[in-house]
Amino acid sequence: MSESKEIKLKGKQEVTAQAEQTTPGVVFTPLVDIFETERTITLLADLPGVKADRLNIDLRDDVITIIGDIRPEESKDEEDLVVEYETGRYYRQFTLSEVIDQNKIDAKLADGVLRLTLPKVEKATPRRIAIKAG
Amino acid sequence: MIYRRFWGMPGGDFRGQHGELERVRRQMDRLFEGLAGQGQHTTAGVFPLVNLTENKDSFFVRAELPGMSSNELEIQATANSVSISGERKIPAEQEARYHRRERESGRFSRVVSLPQEINSDQVEAGLVDGILTVTLPKAEVAKPRQISVK
Repeated sequence: MSESKEIKLKGKQEVTAQAEQTTPGVVFTPLVDIFETERTITLLADLPGVKADRLNIDLRDDVITIIGDIRPEESKDEEDLVVEYETGRYYRQFTLSEVIDQNKIDAKLADGVLRLTLPKVEKATPRRIAIKAG
Repeated sequence: MIYRRFWGMPGGDFRGQHGELERVRRQMDRLFEGLAGQGQHTTAGVFPLVNLTENKDSFFVRAELPGMSSNELEIQATANSVSISGERKIPAEQEARYHRRERESGRFSRVVSLPQEINSDQVEAGLVDGILTVTLPKAEVAKPRQISVK
């Protein structure tokens, strides 16, 4: 407890250059953690306000696209007094360098955090190759 | 939708125009933020960022706290302020090689002062999908009253 640091304010990152957008509104880049073990690549993304049915994850070739839509939290009769953050769609794309076993991808969304587990295909997991002395 | 606060103001009063100006101002802010780098927000600069709204009966304080559970949060209200504090924990993965680590963990504490007195006994807080909503009912004295003209 004593060694925990004070959290830094990052603010929301707005997507500046994006291909064509079909819906109006601001688009944000979700913050992510990506880590890799021998067998899997895991991606954690902060998507506050996104419900599972409005989250879209798409893997095509080796590009993974995450799109999360939100519904406004405020009800109709509320008026803004202080607006420090804005809300909108989340969008982020990654190119995967490893071959992913598409059938075993696992995605969980809990408390506004996506956990995406991408298992590498068997042949991409490191294998020791014995070299015979000739 | 999200643009409600800019254009969808009720009635045909001057609000619509004001909303448009507000929108332009925000866009300008964003532009300058982009030039000056991060942290140029017109905010307290303290995590978490909060939005404050009101209706006839209550104030609403909202903050984005993804991945947090309600027992990691502490909310205290006084007659004219609310404090939100807690610790966001992100456990480090064992035997993993990190490629990106953007999500922040750590302690935080934030006090939001309210423009009017509230009924601090009846404050409610909910945490859904990583969004905290604190509902702060206005004190009877601070509520707008309809006065009938005889």
